[in-house]
Amino acid sequence: MAAGAASGGSATTDTYKESRFWLLLPAWVVLGIFVLAPVMMMLIYSFLTKEFRGGVIWELSFAAYDQFFCDRGLFGDEPCTIEWTYIQIFWRSIWQAGAATLLSLAIGFPTAYFIATRPESQRPLWVFLITIPYWVNLLIRTVSMKFLLRDQGPLNDALIGIGLLDSPLHIVNTNFAVQLGLFYSYLPFMVLPIYAAVERYNFALSEAAADLYATKWTTLRRILLPAVKPGVIAGCILVFVPSMGSFLAPDLLGGAKNFMIGSLIEEQFKGNAGNWPFGAAASMILLTMVLIILLIFARQQAKAEKEA
Amino acid sequence: MATAKYDIKSYSGFRAITLLCLVVLYAPLVIVTIYSFNSSASITTWEGISLKWYADVFTGPESEKFKLAARNSFVIAITAATVSTSIAVFAATAMVRGGKFKLRTVSFGLISLPLMVPEIVTAVATLIFFNSIGFDRGIMTILIAHIAFCIPFAYLPISARMQGIEDSYEQAAMDLYATKRQAFTKILLPLMMPGIISGFLLAFIVSLDDFIITNFVKGAGVETLPTAIFGAVKQGIKPNIMAISTMLLGISVIMVTISYFVSKTDNTK
Repeated sequence: MAAGAASGGSATTDTYKESRFWLLLPAWVVLGIFVLAPVMMMLIYSFLTKEFRGGVIWELSFAAYDQFFCDRGLFGDEPCTIEWTYIQIFWRSIWQAGAATLLSLAIGFPTAYFIATRPESQRPLWVFLITIPYWVNLLIRTVSMKFLLRDQGPLNDALIGIGLLDSPLHIVNTNFAVQLGLFYSYLPFMVLPIYAAVERYNFALSEAAADLYATKWTTLRRILLPAVKPGVIAGCILVFVPSMGSFLAPDLLGGAKNFMIGSLIEEQFKGNAGNWPFGAAASMILLTMVLIILLIFARQQAKAEKEA
Repeated sequence: MATAKYDIKSYSGFRAITLLCLVVLYAPLVIVTIYSFNSSASITTWEGISLKWYADVFTGPESEKFKLAARNSFVIAITAATVSTSIAVFAATAMVRGGKFKLRTVSFGLISLPLMVPEIVTAVATLIFFNSIGFDRGIMTILIAHIAFCIPFAYLPISARMQGIEDSYEQAAMDLYATKRQAFTKILLPLMMPGIISGFLLAFIVSLDDFIITNFVKGAGVETLPTAIFGAVKQGIKPNIMAISTMLLGISVIMVTISYFVSKTDNTK
C-alpha cells in the first residue's frame, strides 16, 4: 500500500500554494504528536528502569537491552554471554514471515499474472474480488481460519467424509497454520504490486522471445520475471514486514510453541511479564529491522528508476 | 485468446491457482457465515438453520456487553473517520495542489508513517506516550489513536482522485472571478466527492476493525467489538461470536463495495 502511492503526480499544480502550510498543519500536528513523538518516547522508555507490574521509573538503565542480548547466569552476576532466547524468537518470526511470503508469492504471482492478462474491462472486478477479504476484520478472518482448520472443523469433517482421511489432520497450533494465517492476512499486498507491474509489461518482448524459439517457461523466467522484478520485490516486502510483527495469527493459530515477536511484546504490556522497558526495547529492535529493510528497498527502487 | 495453446500470454495452471486463491480467501468467511445460522449450541454438529444466535446477540445474557462494545466501536469509527478524512482532504490539497516545496517528501513520509511502522510498535508507542503524559486510558485515547492511524487510509484514495482531476475547472472558475476559497469549495470539493467518500469509508472500516492498537490503549473495562470478540474467543469459539462476526463481515463487505463503486464514478464530465 505504501509503495503503491508515489508522492509525485501528473496533475500536480500550485493553485493553493499560499495556503499549503495551513492545509498541512493538522496532519503534521496529529501525526507528529500521536505517531512520531510516541515512537521517540518509546525509545526513551527502552532506556528506563522497569517498575514491577507495568510502568517505568525515570532512571537511566540499559537493563532492557542487556536482558535481550546477554545471558548472565542464574544469579545475574556472570559476564555477558549471548542470550539466545529472544534472538530465537526473532529468528522464528523472520523464518515464519519468510515462509508466509514465499507461500504468498507462489499463489500471488500466478494470480496477479492471470488478472493482468484478462481483458481490460474485467480487471478491476478481479482485483476487487481479491481485496474484499482484506477489508474484513483481521480478527474475524483469523478466527474463521481457526474454525475451518480445527481438528473437528469443517475441513477435517469433509476430508474424512469423502474418505480421504481416517483421522483428523492436526493443522492448528503448527507452524504451517501460522504461515497460512499470515498468507491470509496479507495476500492482497503481494498480488497488487505484481499485478501493476505485469499490467505495464510490454508483451511484445515475450513475442520476440517466442519468435526466437524460446519456450513459454523460458520466456517467463528470462524475459518477464526480470521486467516485473520491482513489483515482485515490493509485494514480498509488503507481506514480509507486517508478518514479522503480527500478533493475531501466531496467537490464535500458533499456540504457545510458536511464539513470535508480536506475542513477546504484547506479554510485556498486557500479559504477566509486565516489563515495559523490555517491551519498548523489543519494539525498537523490530522497528529498526523494518526500517532497514524499507530503506534498502527504497534505495533499490531509486536505483532501478534511474537505470530505466 | 482464440487458441489458448499458442497464446504466449497464458500459462496452464495459472487460472487454476487463481481459483484456488479465491477459494482459500473466501472459504473461511463462507463457512463461518453458514455456521452462524446453525441452531446447535455446539459449533461442531449441524442441526439445521435458525436465527437463534442472532437473537442471542441482541437479547442473550451477553447482549449488554456486546451492545456497549458495538456502540463504542461505531462512535469511535464515525468520529475517527470524519476527523481523519477532513485532515486528509486538506493535506491532499496541499500535496497535490500546493506546488513543489521542500517539506513535501517529508510530509508524505509523515503521512504514510502509520503504514510503515508495524502495528504492534505503534500500539506500544501510543500506550507509552499516553502513560508518559499522564493521560488516563479510555475511549478518548482509543479515538485519538484511531484518528492518527486512519489518516493515510483516507489520504491515499483522496490524493489519487485529486491527481486525476485537471485543474482547468478551478482555473476556469477563477478566470470568472471566483476566489480561491470559492474555487476550492464550489469546484474542487464537489469533484473530489467520490474520493472523499471512498477515503471516509476505508478509514471507517480500518477503525472499526482495529484490534491491536485498541487493545493496548483502551482503559480497563472499555471494550470495542474486536476486543470484546477477542476476549470471548479466548474462552473458545461460540455460536454467538459467529453471528456477531457475520454481521461485522457483512458491514465491511457492504462498505467496501460502496467504496468501490463510488470511486469508479466519474463526475468530472
